[in-house]
Amino acid sequence: MNQQRRQILKGVGTAAMVAVAAGAGLLKPGAVFAADWNKAAFDAKDVAGALSGLAASGAADSDQIELDAPTIAENGSRVPVKVTSKIPGTDHIILLAEKNGTPLLADFTLMNGTDSFISTAVKLGATGNVRVVVKAGGKVYTLAKEVKVTLGGCGG
Amino acid sequence: MSGIRIKAAMSGDSAVIKCLMTHPMETGFRKDAKTGQLIPAHFINHVMATVADKTVLDAQWGGGISSNPFLEFRVKGAKTGDKVVVSWEDNQGEKDSADATIA
Repeated sequence: MNQQRRQILKGVGTAAMVAVAAGAGLLKPGAVFAADWNKAAFDAKDVAGALSGLAASGAADSDQIELDAPTIAENGSRVPVKVTSKIPGTDHIILLAEKNGTPLLADFTLMNGTDSFISTAVKLGATGNVRVVVKAGGKVYTLAKEVKVTLGGCGG
Repeated sequence: MSGIRIKAAMSGDSAVIKCLMTHPMETGFRKDAKTGQLIPAHFINHVMATVADKTVLDAQWGGGISSNPFLEFRVKGAKTGDKVVVSWEDNQGEKDSADATIA
């Protein structure tokens, strides 16, 4: 009987907490974004840390990923990067700059018919690899390309 | 006035959607040249796009995306006349959103 009472109280407590949180605007009904920003992955100081924060470690090299980035970038503050994945079931395209202080640039989740393609522009602090990691069907694949930077993009 | 410009047009069986967002994208690691103080981090960290009310892209960004970010993506199965909505939120809680019709 005590056990039952305890569970009822627990239920009431949770409901009350949700109501308070909703009232304070902490739970946004109709919040647009699927997940909270992955602070651990974006704050990671190395590629391994960033990928482990994204559950994307242990990627196998793949020739089914195309990475279009310049061989030499005169201005590291705006380096165009275009990624196409030919891997069926691609649902994440992750971009990293290996020599940046915090390497993780972006994690794109693609759904509802979006092609496995992304084009954007990124900052490169120094000459180094731009790395793409693709998640498809629960597996991870990767490809990197070195970009030589003649003028650093993160200092200013 | 929205700080997002969207161009959306069909190409083959996919819609090509190009966006330009107005944003400083400060990493938080840069110093002000005059004061020597770190410029606080201020960057878009979430971007979402819908086509005909269905989410097609949900992205998380760090400060390593270039200022005034450019983003292009392609959506299969979209059609002329569909509404595209692109929204972002930054690390300081600012938000912006804009829409366009696929040509």
